[in-house]
Amino acid sequence: MNSKLGLDFQKVAKAKQTAQHIAVEVQKFADNCTTVAVERTLCRLMSIDGVDENQVPLPNVVVNAIHESGRLSDGVLVLLGNAMIATNLSPQAIAEKIANENLDITTFKSQSQTDLQNVLQPYVNTAIERIRNNRKRREDTISKIGEGAKPYLYVIVATGNIYEDVVQAQAAARQGADIIAVIRTTGQSLLDYVPYGATTEGFGGTYATQENFRIMRKALDDVGLEIGRYIRLCNYCSGLCMPEIAAMGALEGLDVMLNDALYGILFRDINMQRTLVDQYFSRVINGFAGVIINTGEDNYLTTADAFEEAHTVLASDLINEQLALLAGIPEEQMGLGHAFEMDPELKNGFLYELAQAQMTREIFPKAPLKYMPPTKFMTGNVFKGQIQNALFNQISIWTGQGIQLLGMLTEAVHTPFMSDRFLAIENAKYIFNNMHNLGDEVEFKPNGIIQKRAQEVLEKASQLLEKIEKEGLMSALEKGFFGNIKRPKTGGKGLAGVSQKSEVYINPFINLMKK
Amino acid sequence: MNVDLTNIKPYGDTLNDGKVQLSFTLPVPMSDEAIEAAKQLMYKMGFDNPQVVFYKELTEGYTFFNCYGSCSHSVDFTKIHVQKVESSTMTMDETDEFIKKNIGRKIVVVGASTGDDAHTVGIDAIMNMKGYAGHYGLERYDMIEAYNMGSQVPNEELIKKALEVNADAILVSQTVTQKDVHVKNMT
Repeated sequence: MNSKLGLDFQKVAKAKQTAQHIAVEVQKFADNCTTVAVERTLCRLMSIDGVDENQVPLPNVVVNAIHESGRLSDGVLVLLGNAMIATNLSPQAIAEKIANENLDITTFKSQSQTDLQNVLQPYVNTAIERIRNNRKRREDTISKIGEGAKPYLYVIVATGNIYEDVVQAQAAARQGADIIAVIRTTGQSLLDYVPYGATTEGFGGTYATQENFRIMRKALDDVGLEIGRYIRLCNYCSGLCMPEIAAMGALEGLDVMLNDALYGILFRDINMQRTLVDQYFSRVINGFAGVIINTGEDNYLTTADAFEEAHTVLASDLINEQLALLAGIPEEQMGLGHAFEMDPELKNGFLYELAQAQMTREIFPKAPLKYMPPTKFMTGNVFKGQIQNALFNQISIWTGQGIQLLGMLTEAVHTPFMSDRFLAIENAKYIFNNMHNLGDEVEFKPNGIIQKRAQEVLEKASQLLEKIEKEGLMSALEKGFFGNIKRPKTGGKGLAGVSQKSEVYINPFINLMKK
Repeated sequence: MNVDLTNIKPYGDTLNDGKVQLSFTLPVPMSDEAIEAAKQLMYKMGFDNPQVVFYKELTEGYTFFNCYGSCSHSVDFTKIHVQKVESSTMTMDETDEFIKKNIGRKIVVVGASTGDDAHTVGIDAIMNMKGYAGHYGLERYDMIEAYNMGSQVPNEELIKKALEVNADAILVSQTVTQKDVHVKNMT
C-alpha cells in the first residue's frame, strides 16, 4: 500500500510484532486461568437462565456454590457434567435444585473426560447452533435489505427504560442511524452479576439484560425492515460480567460490543488479572458471533492530553489488535478506538487530527475503526459544539473511518434530546455526502505538518511498545503508561473471582468457536 | 442610544426589539396544527410575533421547531441584587508560600469521584499534576500532599483513606446528573 503520510510500513510491521510479543505474554497468563464470570458464561451457554427467589441469577447461584467449595479451578462444566450423569437432569434443572433444594453439585462421582463430553455435547451444540444462526440471520438480512454505508452512524440511547429506548432507537434509525448503542446504567460494569428481565429504571442508561437485548433486537429488526436498512445493536461487554454479556449478546443477535479490558482496568478500576482472563473468552465469543468489537482507547484522551499522548492510543490499538487476533477475531471485526479530542484552541489542531486519523486508517487497513467525537472541550456554546462536530465529521469521511460515534452539540449540557440526535445525524450526512470522495482527491505535502505528525506519533508509539515489551503489559499498567492512570496488579475489583485452572478443567467452546 | 436599565429586553439588532431564538420539539405529527400549536405556545411564553422558521418531523409523532419571537417581558436591571462570593485567587507559588508561612507543613488532601460515579475528569482537573486549562493540579503543589483515589470509590473507603493519611481536607467529586443520583450519594 502507498502511504499518503510517508509512513514506513516496515516500522509498522515491527511495531505489530512487538505488540504481538506483548499480547502473547498476556495470553499465556489468560490461558491458565478462569474466573467466576467465565464460569457463569459457561452456565449461560449450557442454557441455565432465570433467577432464584432473591433475584440472584441462577448462573451466579451455581458458580457461587462451586467457588465457595473451593472448586472454581475445576470449572463448572466438569461438576455439572458429573451431576448430569448421576441425576439424569438438565443443567437448568440442576441449577434450580442448587437454588431451591440445597443440592451440593460438588458431591457427585467424577466421570471420565469422554463421558463428560458426551453428556455436555447436546447443550454445547445447541448454543453453538443458535449463535451460528444469529450470525447467518444478520448476514442474510444485510444481503436482502442492505445496510448503511461506512462510516456507520452510531448513536446512543440512554433513557433507563427499555421501552422508552425503543421509541428513541427507532426514531434514530428512521433519521439515518446505522448503529444504536444502549448505554448501560451507571455502575453496571461493577455488578458481579447480570440483572434479569425487562427493566424500566436506570440512571444514565438502561440495564443490559438478556430480555432487554431481545426487546431492542426485535425493535431494530422491525424498523430495519420498514426503512430497508439493517440496524446494528451495540452494547457493552466490559466490566465484571464481560464474557457473560458477550454470550447473551451472541445468543440474542447483537452486532457490536464495547470489549476492552484495558478500558475497564484504567477507567473502572477492575482488577487486571480478572478482566484480561474475562476478555479472552468474551472475544472468542464475539469473534465467533460475527460481532464487531469496539476498544476504548479514545478514553485515554479524556484524562491525558490528546496531542501529547496520541501515541499511547496507537500503542494500545496495536496491542488490542494482537489480543483480538489471539482470540480469533478477524480484522474486519476490530473496531479499534481513537478520538478527535484536541483542544480547539490548538493551532493547526485539525491538521494533527487529520494526520492521526489517516495514520490509524493506514496502519489498520481492514478494521472498521471507531472514531470518537470531541467531548472534553465541548461547552455550553452549543453553536460552537456543532462546528467541532462538523470538523470531526470531515476528518472521518476524508480518512475513511468505519464507525462514527456521532457527537452531540449539547454534549456538555445534558443527555441528548431527540432533536440533538437529529441535528447530529443531519450534520454527518451533509458532510459525508458533500465531501464524499475528498480522500481520493487530496494528497499530503511531503514532509509537511501532516506527514510529519503521523510519522512522529508512529515513532513514539513504537518506542512505547518496546518499553512495554520489556516491562510486560501488567507492569506497564501499574506504572501508568496509559491515560496517566496507575493500577496495581492485585488492586481493583474482582480479583477474588480468579483461579488457576486445574488438570481436569474443560471449556469446549474455545476450540469450537475459534476454528 | 440610551438603554433604559429599568426595562431591559433581549437585543437582536435593534434596542428593545426583544428578539429571542429558541428550539423545541412537540409530541405531535407535523401539520398546520402543529405549527399553530408552536406559535400559541410561544404566545403563552410571552413572545409577540412568534415565527416558526424551521420545522421537521423527527420521527412519527414528534415535530421539531426553530422559532423566533419578540419577548414582551422586561426586567428592571437596577433592582437586581446577586450575592457574590468575594475572593481573591492565588497562584500556585503564592499558595505554596502561604502554606509554608502560615501552616508550616504540607497540607494533606484526599480526593475521589465517589459512589457509582465513573467520571474522573472533574477530580483529575483539580488534582492531577497536569491540571486543566493552564492551571496545575494539586499534585504539582510543593506544599500539598495529594491523593487522588480515582473513580467509583465508596464513601467509606474515601473516609478510611482520609483517616489513614491524616488528611486535612477531603475532595468529593460527583457528576451532576439529570436524575439527581449525586444528591442521593452525597446525603
